[in-house]
Amino acid sequence: MTPIPTAEGAGSPACPACSPVAPLARRTAARRPADAAPGEDIFLSVPDAHCAACIATLEEGLSRLPAVRTARVNLSLRRVRIRHDGSLTPEALIPVIARLGYRAHPLDAETLSQTGTDPVGRDLLMRLGVAFFAMMNVMLLSVAVWSGASDATRDLFHLISGAIAIPTVAFSGQPFFRSALAGLRRGRIGMDVPISLALVLASGISLYESLNGGRHAYFDAAVMLTFFLLGGRYLDHRTRAAARSAAQELAALEVPRALRLTPAGQETVPVRDLVPGDRIRILPGARIPADGIVEDGESEIDRSLRTGESLPARATPGSVLGAGETNLTGPLTLRVTAAGRDSSLSRIAALVALAEEARGRHASLADRAARAYSPLVHLLAFGAFLVWLQKSGGDLRLAANIAAATLIITCPCALGLAVPAVVTAASGHLFRRGLLVKSATALERLAEVDTVVLDKTGTLTLGTPEPLDLSCHAAEDLQVALALAQGSAHPLAQALARAISRLGHRPAPVTGLTERPGHGIEGRWQGLPVRLGRADWVGAGPAAGTATCLRIGDRPPVTFAFADALRPGAAGLVTALQARGLSLHLVSGDAAPAVADLAARLGIGDWIAGASPEDKAAFVRALGQRGRRVLMLGDGLNDTAALAAAHVSISPASGLDAARAASDVVLTGQDLSPVEDALRIAGQAVRRMRQNFALSALYNILAVPFALAGLATPLLAAVAMSVSSLTVTLNALRLR
Amino acid sequence: MAVLVLLVPVSLGLGLLGLAAFLWTLRTRQYDDPEGDAARILSDRWDDRPAPPDPVRDTPPAPDEEKRR
Repeated sequence: MTPIPTAEGAGSPACPACSPVAPLARRTAARRPADAAPGEDIFLSVPDAHCAACIATLEEGLSRLPAVRTARVNLSLRRVRIRHDGSLTPEALIPVIARLGYRAHPLDAETLSQTGTDPVGRDLLMRLGVAFFAMMNVMLLSVAVWSGASDATRDLFHLISGAIAIPTVAFSGQPFFRSALAGLRRGRIGMDVPISLALVLASGISLYESLNGGRHAYFDAAVMLTFFLLGGRYLDHRTRAAARSAAQELAALEVPRALRLTPAGQETVPVRDLVPGDRIRILPGARIPADGIVEDGESEIDRSLRTGESLPARATPGSVLGAGETNLTGPLTLRVTAAGRDSSLSRIAALVALAEEARGRHASLADRAARAYSPLVHLLAFGAFLVWLQKSGGDLRLAANIAAATLIITCPCALGLAVPAVVTAASGHLFRRGLLVKSATALERLAEVDTVVLDKTGTLTLGTPEPLDLSCHAAEDLQVALALAQGSAHPLAQALARAISRLGHRPAPVTGLTERPGHGIEGRWQGLPVRLGRADWVGAGPAAGTATCLRIGDRPPVTFAFADALRPGAAGLVTALQARGLSLHLVSGDAAPAVADLAARLGIGDWIAGASPEDKAAFVRALGQRGRRVLMLGDGLNDTAALAAAHVSISPASGLDAARAASDVVLTGQDLSPVEDALRIAGQAVRRMRQNFALSALYNILAVPFALAGLATPLLAAVAMSVSSLTVTLNALRLR
Repeated sequence: MAVLVLLVPVSLGLGLLGLAAFLWTLRTRQYDDPEGDAARILSDRWDDRPAPPDPVRDTPPAPDEEKRR
């Protein structure tokens, strides 16, 4: 069973684009196991799967596990669903998928199943199908009428059309009628009121005309209107559903459980049930669920997601820890001081909610168009009705006919398609480039950006340290360091072990490895005690920047220095953004030397170090108040408020869940360069939307005089409607 | 024009046939993963024998699934 050769990767088990395990996999893998009821399906998100070979690799690889019954990849949603015998957990499958060459993130089946089937989308699709059937048949009958059928034949055809069209409009038009009614009840006239009015009026008048042997019946126009508008509505729903499911996937990623210590032992409880005074146990590798004080145990703490510090901090009894930090080496017992609504995590969430409320007021292009359009159309139609009533000396039938024709011809077919078609095309392009657009108006906001604020740790850098220049160390030191480093889960040790093995060294025979949480790891080599760990513990002088020290017996200690690796595409992105004339700011919570170094390396002139989450948000807000449209790029909890305060925001998938939830666009890959594509495509998309509005306005301007003059025929209405809808859709598809 | 008595029902019938087919595709969830289905047709994995029924797709899951395994 060989994967079929594709253009992307012939013969390789995974596509080359599918990058190996990223820090995110490490972070997610480190989470506590989620409870999976026996046999309950497991959902994993696999953002890198993208071709036929990926499906085969994943499904076959997973099916080889004895516990797996079936595994099915959904390529559209980049998701794999695994049916199993109840013995598997999402966390156990992530390494399996990592060996196949893919990153995977666990998803909460419960949250997903609510939207998984998407009943609303299927309902819309069914109504669309019915409208399509009716449109085709009514159109066939209408062709006969347009080409000159007369008298009894015409009346018969009108009546058959009516028998198809009226039930169709009544069934397929329901979404419009319902939303128009809901709008009217709240005293708002949206786009759906003129639509509903046109549908009802057209059907009613046409029925009356057919029964009385009239010449014009607008059944074809009514059905076509329903079809085109439903098409727009369906596209719109699909983008919104994608955005909503993205948000839900993100919510599903958070595994909100804690290990509470009780006199009887340990119990797993939801984080929201924690109260101040509870004692909780935090295993190495776990996220800290609540603010608290360490009671017992020693470890090191990764604060990078919360504060942006790239250096792990020491945790000993009495240290104060905050929710969102990650425990690295040793188990800790924490006395909770603030949980739930009072924790530092929730305070940031409150900041986010506040900022999002402000952003919700952004009026989209479509809203503005509808606001200008609805009253105008009603006035036109009503005016035509009054004028013709007076001119014809009270001919109600003629006046109503002309008013209906005006409503049909001005009806916003093209307007209803103008934005959804463009947004769908643009989101599809961006999705293929690894960007998930979560918010419906994100593209419009992205197009207006003139200032970019960047976070450092985890955004411009990968957030994983890489050892600097190992070649200056003795081979013996490296081999001992490798043996020690392989025994520790500490990120520095792991990075060191990876880098030394890459140089081709084998570990020295070190025995009696013991990890001293919060300090380092020690053992014996050729009868000498060897230690790898913090400088003070090993007996070396304090090091500048991130470093770990090795000491063999009484020999002088050896220091391995680390630097945070740049994210691929970061340098290119900075250059590209500067070339676009955007002003760049680097705002980080990290210490000044590290920030200055990175700013100099990338050529960013304006940087701020040591910024707190509030500082970041205030900085972004201040820029906004000066009229700047800010794009914020960030990944950490400390960026969350700033992400929400910015005009538009992007965060990498490796970021904290809260950060991804607060941003409009999520970057699924490691590479940063798609951000530039996003700006370019957003600019294009907004141009297309404006063109589409202009196009549909042009059609209206051309056709309305005919309608007002009473010269509109059903043929003219049908032609104007389909041509304008087609041009608008084709224009949207021109997006590259 | 008497032929209309025949032609109109025939054309409507054909249309209804199409509508029924569409509703069937909708019912059997053929729009859940368009991208994946497009890619799956390229795979030679099930060329020699049919794929086993997929319990995920063919809801509800069969109760005798345990035995078949």
